[in-house]
Amino acid sequence: MDSEEDFMSQMSSDDENMNYDSGDALSDADGMSDPIPPQGMPPSANIYPDFDEDYDQPDPDFDLTSKDLEKTKKQAHIVPFNVYDPADIQKQQDGMINEVNMILDMTKEDAAIMLRYFKWNKERLLEDYMDRPEHVLEAAGLNTTTAKPPKLETIPGFMCDICCEDDDGLESFALKCGHRYCVDCYRQYLKQKIKDEGEAARIQCPSDGCGRILDSKSLDILVTSDLVERYNELLHRTYVENKDNYKWCPAPDCPNAIECGVKKNQLNQIVPTVECHCGNRFCFGCPNPDHQPAPCELVKKWLKKCADDSETANWISANTKECPKCQSTIEKNGGCNHMTCRKCKYEFCWMCMGLWSEHGTSWYNCNRFEERSGSDARDAQAKSRVSLERYLHYYNRYANHEQSARLDKDIALKTEKKMVQLQSASGMSWIEVQYLNSASQSLQTCRQTLKWTYAFAFYLQRNNLTEIFEDNQKDLEMAVENLSEMFEKPIVELSDQKLKVDIMDKTAYCNKRRVILLEDTANNLAQGKWLFNGDLNMGSSSSGTSRR
Amino acid sequence: MSTKRISKEYAELSQAPPDGYTVTLPPSESLHTWHITLRPPPATAFHPGVFGILMTLPTDYPFKPPVIKFVTRTYHPNITNDSLGNVCLAILKPENWKPSTKIAAVLEAVRNLMIEPQPDDPLEERIADEYRNDRPEWEKKVKFHVEKYASEPPVFPAGP
Ligand SMILES: [Zn+2]
Ligand SMILES: [Zn+2]
Ligand SMILES: [Zn+2]
Ligand SMILES: [Zn+2]
Ligand SMILES: [Zn+2]
Ligand SMILES: [Zn+2]
Repeated sequence: MDSEEDFMSQMSSDDENMNYDSGDALSDADGMSDPIPPQGMPPSANIYPDFDEDYDQPDPDFDLTSKDLEKTKKQAHIVPFNVYDPADIQKQQDGMINEVNMILDMTKEDAAIMLRYFKWNKERLLEDYMDRPEHVLEAAGLNTTTAKPPKLETIPGFMCDICCEDDDGLESFALKCGHRYCVDCYRQYLKQKIKDEGEAARIQCPSDGCGRILDSKSLDILVTSDLVERYNELLHRTYVENKDNYKWCPAPDCPNAIECGVKKNQLNQIVPTVECHCGNRFCFGCPNPDHQPAPCELVKKWLKKCADDSETANWISANTKECPKCQSTIEKNGGCNHMTCRKCKYEFCWMCMGLWSEHGTSWYNCNRFEERSGSDARDAQAKSRVSLERYLHYYNRYANHEQSARLDKDIALKTEKKMVQLQSASGMSWIEVQYLNSASQSLQTCRQTLKWTYAFAFYLQRNNLTEIFEDNQKDLEMAVENLSEMFEKPIVELSDQKLKVDIMDKTAYCNKRRVILLEDTANNLAQGKWLFNGDLNMGSSSSGTSRR
Repeated sequence: MSTKRISKEYAELSQAPPDGYTVTLPPSESLHTWHITLRPPPATAFHPGVFGILMTLPTDYPFKPPVIKFVTRTYHPNITNDSLGNVCLAILKPENWKPSTKIAAVLEAVRNLMIEPQPDDPLEERIADEYRNDRPEWEKKVKFHVEKYASEPPVFPAGP
């Protein structure tokens, strides 16, 4: 692990020689080049052996504080990433455009067109341009250059080749290629391209066979501001989509993009959960929401298995069960697993249906599936039954947390109401009741983690590390159930100061247990120490030495 | 907006049609439906057939490409061998179409497609395979189709 001093010196050296395109060396089209580590940072200084060293260089122009970075450097389960809002994305593009504008001495409009043509790979652009400039200009649609600023013109005797109008005083426009059309036709053409076809980066001259690309200055002259807005939005889209290490935040209506340098071939060593400024936590390696500690490949397998086995699984995830004592139907209405039958007051565990009083401190009964003895396994039928039971054991717990998280979410929606009620009942201020909000959020996050620990456990092969994992899982499980139970207490009880302190303590404890579990799993995953069973192929590079 | 352009194109094409074509407007219909007949050149397997092509110009023509359909059943890798007669033509794809592209160029492209089918971009997979691997058999079937469907002047469907 690098010392703080190393880290700071790395930062300052970055400040001097970093540009907007910090991630660019990573997105080399061929992906073959080995990036050169920045000065003052030995190649081994990174905790992720396979990471491209220059990835987590802070970009001085975007507000990632050194504090954030310190944190991300220290925890194995947190990947370095940056969140960019639309202004940042604009700034990055402008920065690259300015640079190309200066180096190649071409207008900013042309530089922008070139960069878009090269999918924002500045290095490749410069290289290719140095090699054969005419060819590159031609390919990018920038041939024939007469340096005249674009403007609308009225030319005597002009007839528009699109609409065939030839009225006197007909306003017309032409790009540098000289193909001239009336302004109405140009507008109609652009409107259709931008609005209907969602095209922006490569809109060509309307002339048949002409590859000249429309620049933004010309667009400004030709169309209304709402279309310009849409055009810029589309250009941003293309920018983000063209960068290998960028992704849009999938939250609906969120305009932010995330940059993360984790590569496909690293996904068996790291689970790249990122968090957008909007609060959305998602996986950078696959299209799913946060699924730590389970690696992407495992998640894919598990989700497929669950979908295939959904019929068997359905009855388990059903919202109702029968009381083990009186058989009356009980509906689960909160996230807590501690159930009390309304009719006979029997208290039991929702997961295993066991008596709750035998449970409270011995939760391991409920999170570990005891492998059956070898004699059972000899019988093929028994074996398949055992394997189904084993799956159901883990699925049951997985589905339970998914369901609980959903219920907790409903409760989270009601938390605000609860907080208001609590204020009037206890005389506490809005700030003073915020702890309920923290507790509710903690429950959500921890259940999400717990849920995936069961999918993880399903594929995990026993070795000397699994016991620690199961202990961590058990501790987190227990902490979450305790917090969930406290959280669901009626308002009258919540106004008790002691319970408030307990809830705050338990919230902090849950968060701590979650980090401990994730750190343990992430470290072992990075070092290839987990063994997964069955057809789960986690790749041969899990030894962490696959560095090129 | 497009009337002037369409009238001009129609005037040019009906007075001096490209090789093998005749172009007419169906009576009492708008300028947006054209009846076109094509006699492919003698060097092609489709000779001496007469093929009817129905061309529809969308309201936002020439910003959107025309739509063409063969009303005569045709045994060709790039034309659906059914009553729809859809055609796969690169020039008509949105990414290739330019508002300055003329109908004359479209007709030229259709004629070229009859002369040289494009089996690598087929609408009829099976016919494309046959065209590639068993040309005599394909030509035999084309002849059969021409005799059965394309020996008389085409009958265009009544207006919409
Ligand atoms: Zn042009
Ligand atoms: Zn015009
Ligand atoms: Zn977001
Ligand atoms: Zn993932
Ligand atoms: Zn009961
Ligand atoms: Zn239990």
